[in-house]
Amino acid sequence: MAKIRNDYESSWWPRLIGWISGGSDELDRDLEKTLEEGEEAAAPEGDHHEDYHFTERISAAEKATYDRLFAWSRNRGAKLVRWFYRIASVLICVSIIALLVVTAASLPPFGDPSNPANNEVSQRYIEQGMQETGAVNIVAGMILDYRAFDTLGESNVLFIAACSVLILLRVPGNKSGAPTPEQLEAEADDRMYEPKNDMILQHQAALLVPLVLIYGIYVIMNGHISPGGGFSGGAIMGAGLILYLNAFGFKKTGRFFRYGTFKTISCMALSFYALSKAYSFFTGANHLPSIITPGTPGMLFSAGLIPYLNIAVGLVVCCTMYAFYTLFRKGDM
Amino acid sequence: MEFLMIVLLLFIIIGAISVSLTKDLLTSLIIFMAHSIAVSIIWILLQSPDLAITEAAVGAGITSLLLFVTLKKIHAIDVQKGGKAHGEDPQ
Repeated sequence: MAKIRNDYESSWWPRLIGWISGGSDELDRDLEKTLEEGEEAAAPEGDHHEDYHFTERISAAEKATYDRLFAWSRNRGAKLVRWFYRIASVLICVSIIALLVVTAASLPPFGDPSNPANNEVSQRYIEQGMQETGAVNIVAGMILDYRAFDTLGESNVLFIAACSVLILLRVPGNKSGAPTPEQLEAEADDRMYEPKNDMILQHQAALLVPLVLIYGIYVIMNGHISPGGGFSGGAIMGAGLILYLNAFGFKKTGRFFRYGTFKTISCMALSFYALSKAYSFFTGANHLPSIITPGTPGMLFSAGLIPYLNIAVGLVVCCTMYAFYTLFRKGDM
Repeated sequence: MEFLMIVLLLFIIIGAISVSLTKDLLTSLIIFMAHSIAVSIIWILLQSPDLAITEAAVGAGITSLLLFVTLKKIHAIDVQKGGKAHGEDPQ
């Protein structure tokens, strides 16, 4: 029995836990373990059910032996090692800080025209971006036309993050739709710690939620004309939905947003993004005839695919943010 | 403008230090939100409004909301307020 416990305590996981919680010094525990093992080796026939009081059973002679053996490591050695730990931690911290400060100091000065970042690539984006993409907002033209592949990767990262949170936090239900005990428990927990029918919050939300949602739609739709775009607009819309959920509860949001809604919207938006961008990659780069035209810069439906891609990204971000929040709260939507 | 920039930079340094040094988790979260707002104003002063909108929406909004929910789930807020916050404060 004692052997098993010793094995567990000497593995790295409980050591890490003990070190994090600061319960006992690793060195002290090592010493204690060595003592215990020595005691067991000295008394192999000893009754193991009295292991907790093993120190009392050590005879005076054994005690003297151990004192002599471990005197250095218990007193002077332990002190030395502790000092070494302290000094080493301070040294490592200071050297990392110095490294970062030196790196920051050797960066090129901010806004200098001769910086390596100001090369022909950004010059081309700034000078010909509006003609080539039709987007007044150069940033939207860059991230959704020149660099649209990167943005697809970012949207997919968000989607994968939502999938991992789903795997970790979703409380599974059964096929018939009746709530399982786990779901009921999660809902009871949620009901206890979350607001219900708060009058002030409801009045504020009735005023604010339409404004927030319309502002989010505005930011998404005007992503290629003014600052903003799919990601920020989607985050604003998600925040509006979360405010609505906080004020009026899951019953009202469940009317228009459920797990199926999240699945459908995210997958449709990502597939639309990938397919339409694949079309523009294959036709746009090879001088093939393409139905995508830049249009008149400054109009709402101009700049080729950019507004539609913005809508797709915005939908993915909005659904993901809302799904995060509901999954954190009760493990379902 | 220069003066505002210096004030904001000082603010985010102080905010970052106090976020990590505050014992109360709720207070530290609210300082973190203020820190995010200051960073978003700095983005505006650096003439990148796209980043400013995203910083305000994600840094001050969504991240703090998720952290609030997490703190409630692990009962960190209730314990510190002596059981006062049972279903009373919305966010």
